[in-house]
Amino acid sequence: MNFLGYKRPDGSVGVRNHVAVISTVACANEVASRIANQVEGAGALTHNMGCGHYVFAPLRPLAGLGKNPNVAAVLVVGLGCEVVSAKILAEEIAESEKPVKSIVIQEVGGTIKATKQGVKVAKSMAQKVSRLKREPFDLSNLTLGIECGGSDTTSGIAANPAVGRVADMVVNAGGTAILAETVELIGAEHVLAKRAVNEKVAKEIVEVIRGMEERMIKSLRLPVDMIAPGNIEGGLSTLEEKSLGDSYKAGSSPIQGMLEYAEIPTKKGLFIMDEPGYDPESVTGIVAAGAQIVAFTTGRGTPLGSPVAPVIKITGNPKTYETMGDNIDINAGTIIEGKETIDEVGKRIYEKILEVASGEKTKAEILGHRELAIYWAWPVPEKT
Amino acid sequence: MMDPKDNVATLLSDVEAGAIVTVTSAGGDVVKEVEAAQSIPFGHKIAVARIERKERVLKYGEVIGEATEPIEEGEHVHVHNVKSLRVRIETKA
Repeated sequence: MNFLGYKRPDGSVGVRNHVAVISTVACANEVASRIANQVEGAGALTHNMGCGHYVFAPLRPLAGLGKNPNVAAVLVVGLGCEVVSAKILAEEIAESEKPVKSIVIQEVGGTIKATKQGVKVAKSMAQKVSRLKREPFDLSNLTLGIECGGSDTTSGIAANPAVGRVADMVVNAGGTAILAETVELIGAEHVLAKRAVNEKVAKEIVEVIRGMEERMIKSLRLPVDMIAPGNIEGGLSTLEEKSLGDSYKAGSSPIQGMLEYAEIPTKKGLFIMDEPGYDPESVTGIVAAGAQIVAFTTGRGTPLGSPVAPVIKITGNPKTYETMGDNIDINAGTIIEGKETIDEVGKRIYEKILEVASGEKTKAEILGHRELAIYWAWPVPEKT
Repeated sequence: MMDPKDNVATLLSDVEAGAIVTVTSAGGDVVKEVEAAQSIPFGHKIAVARIERKERVLKYGEVIGEATEPIEEGEHVHVHNVKSLRVRIETKA
């Protein structure tokens, strides 16, 4: 099966054609937003990171968002005194051979001048990228992010198994799928380890998931519910129950390896990314790792989107589809109602992915959801 | 009921106390009938067998926690009578 995408200079394929205006540090957020607001086709990627506090923590996720194939051109906006400077970030993104420029507010001389100069650059980029045409590509060019949020018991029964079928289809077609959220795999590691491609990966899956559990015990210190109030109201009783249900989204393909936060996989197939269970951070991490589309299952409903990748929202709860229909693209609640099988819903999601990959907008995109959060609270990855 | 080993099943609609709940397998076959001991909301779990205190609660054929008190068949199984075995943080008295 094919989709219509944009070919990038490094051979990757985008499903969107964004000009990304990325701030290196929160101090540059406003200028980045003002630039993007004045240029159709440009979007600001702003966040609360930067400066020197977390040293290189923002580099890999921000560079990954810039390198994502959905981004056609990048304007980096820096302040001038931060550790991950505009120059460092622009050079890292330029490895993908796409057009990258940078502006430094302190060098240009303040908000007004930086905005003016940035608008000129972004306008020129938007004009150039608008000339690119979509061409057919096969699914081996696709990386699908798999995420869930606001889970309830319908997630594990309906939406997640259906997305699991889709993950299998993408992987069988030679593509890549990235499952997120280590926290929500605690209690399912033994099940996932059995699916590892080899012993080494099996060991790594167990170590990474148990490592996350250890970090949580150390950092939380007090007994708290490890699942959210909404999860409990939705019928989930324990983290293990949530995790086992969550793990169904990964389908049945062999697991090729574990990825660090925002780490770009070096081969095709199914991967698990080590990251927390906080949706905006998780989605940002998998999109920074190159996912062009995210399949997002939700029991309770969530409006979440991404400034870089279309997020397809799928609920297994028929009531949620009724109440949160504005935000949900696919109703998998038909499985619970006995109207459709898991395979049938899986096929519908797969077809939706091909349409979205070819240009159809998701509800999150239409409603302008562009949430972005970077994971920083726990040990910073050693590799960049 | 997600797996034959399970001692709980997930309700696909709200049930009233005393209602007879038909338990089906993931494949749709009728496994048994249980009487709901109390009203239980959609999406919540019902015990399909008696579960002893400290016995493992099984769903998807896997451990989802342990019972903190004896649970009779037909009772609501949730945070009031089952607890997680993971990310255990002991408080200092």
